[in-house]
Amino acid sequence: MGGKKRVADVVLFIVMIILAAVFLFPVLIVVMNSFKSKFSIMGSPFSLPNSDTFVGIENYVSGITTAGIGGAFLRSLFITVFSVGVIVLFTSMTAWYLVRVKNRFTKTLYGIFLFSMIVPFQMVMYTMTYVVTAIKFNNPVGIIFVYLGFGAGLSVFMLSGFIKGIPLELEEAAEIDGCNPVQIFFGIVLPILKPTAITVAILNAMWIWNDYLLPYLILGTGNKTLPVAIQIAMQGAYGAVNWGGFMAMLVLAILPIIVFYLFCQRYIIEGVIAGAVKG
Amino acid sequence: MGIYLSFNKFTTVSNAEWVGLDNYKRAFNNGDFLNALWFTALFTAVSVVTVNVFAFLIAMALTRAIRGRNIFRTIFFMPNLIGGIVLGYIWNLIINGVLSYFGVDISFKASYGFWGLVLLTNWQLIGYMMVIYIAGIQNIPRDLSEAAEIDGATSGQILRHVTIPMVMPSVTICTFLTLTNSFKLFDQNLALTAGAPGRKTAMLALDIYNTFYGRAGWQGVGQAKAVIFFIIVALIAFAQLKITGSREVES
Repeated sequence: MGGKKRVADVVLFIVMIILAAVFLFPVLIVVMNSFKSKFSIMGSPFSLPNSDTFVGIENYVSGITTAGIGGAFLRSLFITVFSVGVIVLFTSMTAWYLVRVKNRFTKTLYGIFLFSMIVPFQMVMYTMTYVVTAIKFNNPVGIIFVYLGFGAGLSVFMLSGFIKGIPLELEEAAEIDGCNPVQIFFGIVLPILKPTAITVAILNAMWIWNDYLLPYLILGTGNKTLPVAIQIAMQGAYGAVNWGGFMAMLVLAILPIIVFYLFCQRYIIEGVIAGAVKG
Repeated sequence: MGIYLSFNKFTTVSNAEWVGLDNYKRAFNNGDFLNALWFTALFTAVSVVTVNVFAFLIAMALTRAIRGRNIFRTIFFMPNLIGGIVLGYIWNLIINGVLSYFGVDISFKASYGFWGLVLLTNWQLIGYMMVIYIAGIQNIPRDLSEAAEIDGATSGQILRHVTIPMVMPSVTICTFLTLTNSFKLFDQNLALTAGAPGRKTAMLALDIYNTFYGRAGWQGVGQAKAVIFFIIVALIAFAQLKITGSREVES
């Protein structure tokens, strides 16, 4: 019995190694091709770089200089960091208010937040773009508030679920000690919220960093973010794509996420589970 | 406002003209839209089954005492973090690379694009669902399967009568997550096939986008398609709410 089990585990182990290779393969292919000359990518993407086709970091240099990847990278970083900050700050206040103040207004508002979670982007795409352009929010700062709108539903939902579990006595005690609501929020509620706030931050960071359509529609090609820059590099020059530079762009888009993932893996996976179970 | 505009003919939001149900009629007489609807439904069905079966099997394997299982989990989950546009182009390169040995590329036949998208979605979502299944399997109390083992149950019987019933909540969650994710797919679709050949592999979200921005005077139809899309998504969400709600009452 024990021996049979061990054999099964060894077989499983080998199967897992093969699967892991299959999962890593696509990323490795891109990394490998980013070091090949641009003419030897499309024809034979699976061949290893040799002395003829190896070009070192030339692709990275050309990708950064011609496609404006550096700017796009910084813009993506700016938008992601500030959107996530704004979302976490405002939605935690909103969630606290919605949980602690019970009347018809807050109930309706909570219902609207829940409803906004199921509205697909395509539904509001056209009118939203029009409104955002009309009120001149079509710039990297304005888009932060658009993201606040799109991120608010899930964030308010998750945070208020957590706030319901915080005992009211803590806040009452602070109130008796003479704290005003602002002090209570920042001194007591926010520190307790921290684990959920981190989850909310990670969930939002992941989709905002990778989002393509919203920045494309609102910021256009002038203020391109990383996903937009990649799409343009591909579609803008049909037939004459600089495949080398393109591979380098893909690597630069993947790299920060992988690094972030390896450092915060525990939080990310916990966040995903929490988001899935509640969402 | 979106719903209101779906009954109007407009090019910009401010010059709308009431046309009643006309946009919906045009949407349903539009070959691209019907094709997208069918393509999306088929794609969603195939993805939901394949992603969940593979994710569950991997989760089963990785909850056993295998060496390096944490490293395996890390690797399997990773693709989920990569953005849709990037994912689409990675697979575009690989699939075209393979097909080039046969002298064709992904835009040669709609079925190539279809299976390409299924492959991509599997690669992206298996790790995500695996993590949820692992959490579900680990929540099963050890004594349940031990008791079954003492009673002489084979491992197949334990799987069928203990493990699977106990992870049903995870199955529901994962099914609906894959369902909505596949149904709303846009970035991956745009980057991998962009609808080629013709518009044969455009899914609903991409078709709506094409109608809005690709055809002057069709914005109203685009909005009508978006409303239909929204209704389907809302129905899925409602079904999920019903199913998880009724299960909570039972437990």
